[in-house]
Amino acid sequence: MSDNQKVIEIEVLRYHPEKDKEPHKQVFEVPFTDDMSVLQGVQYIKDYLDGSLSFRWSCRMAICGSCGMMINGEPSLSCQTFLRDYYPARVRVEALSHFPIERDLVINMEGFMEKLESIQPYIIPKEPRTLQEGEYLQTPEQLNEYEQFSSCINCLLCYAACPQFGLNSSFIGPAATALLHRYNVDSRDGGKAERMELINSEEGVFNCTAVGYCSEVCPKHVDPANAVNQNKTISAADYFLRFLTPKGGAK
Amino acid sequence: MNKRRPYVRSMDGWWRKNPFFVEYMIHEGTALFVAAYAGILLNGLVHLSQGEAAWNVWLLGLKSSWYIGFHVLTLIALGYHTYTWFKIMPRTMPPVVVGGQRLSAWAITGSGLAVAAAAMAALLGLVWGMAR
Ligand code: FES
Repeated sequence: MSDNQKVIEIEVLRYHPEKDKEPHKQVFEVPFTDDMSVLQGVQYIKDYLDGSLSFRWSCRMAICGSCGMMINGEPSLSCQTFLRDYYPARVRVEALSHFPIERDLVINMEGFMEKLESIQPYIIPKEPRTLQEGEYLQTPEQLNEYEQFSSCINCLLCYAACPQFGLNSSFIGPAATALLHRYNVDSRDGGKAERMELINSEEGVFNCTAVGYCSEVCPKHVDPANAVNQNKTISAADYFLRFLTPKGGAK
Repeated sequence: MNKRRPYVRSMDGWWRKNPFFVEYMIHEGTALFVAAYAGILLNGLVHLSQGEAAWNVWLLGLKSSWYIGFHVLTLIALGYHTYTWFKIMPRTMPPVVVGGQRLSAWAITGSGLAVAAAAMAALLGLVWGMAR
């Protein structure tokens, strides 16, 4: 280590279910260079200071969505957040808010996986088509309708930014709603009626009070708050339309 | 034996933990001023229905310095409420496409604020005209 090696303090919220009753803070002194991300800082701790530290990561390039953490209280992808931006102050790292902590920086995301499954995140074709009939065609305008919402990487930063999800974990939440919307507005899809039941339900979009922080922290500019709030209007229209049409919308 | 024991953190004081949430609580809080002011106007309407004498009592009440102070405070709160209301508007509506281009968030917020300002000026002008 050379003399001008910079050292930053990283404060980590630790939790080991086998021995800890509740999480506690631990501070590490980590030598760093200006090109090091917070993720690399945490990796340094695991490699050289304390091998028991647990956290998730994979791609190191903001696309796999597994390295989300609270960094100085803000939901962030640790691979695209840099230590130099905090130095010389201490940087605080904690597991994503509003999720149960499984161990150290690892959250329990089972609830989200169930939600993701429940929105049927795949195209439910309007009508069955044979291979001979060829591919589905879509205009650029039709692509525009949903493209932004298809950029979600399931990093869950938006859930860590949503106090309503923190207060009521059954709320389907920003990312799942954005993905639901992505399929509902796809011109090839015919599953909207099924998915609307979820939107209209107790767990649905009306849990949202338009805080808007979810869209603020989204690293992929999905704007999940927009999907949630557009669906409030769609849901309300659905509700009132049943008085006009015999088939009815809302159940 | 299952060693898993997921720890759920408390939500106590959640809105104090992030400046974004503090601002959210403040701008939501300004809605109370909107409600209070609606109450004042409604009270005036009730007085009006009770005849001239009652109406004049209400008018006189408005002239107290407490009330004037409250009006100034309410004006500030309502101004901020209006600003934040239109600021979040782009997030709440379907994309607006003009000439093949998606309208930017600031264009939507800006037009909303412009309409609000115009409506306020028109109302003020109308009342001014009637009072003369
Ligand atoms: S490691 Fe994949 S998003 Fe950060």
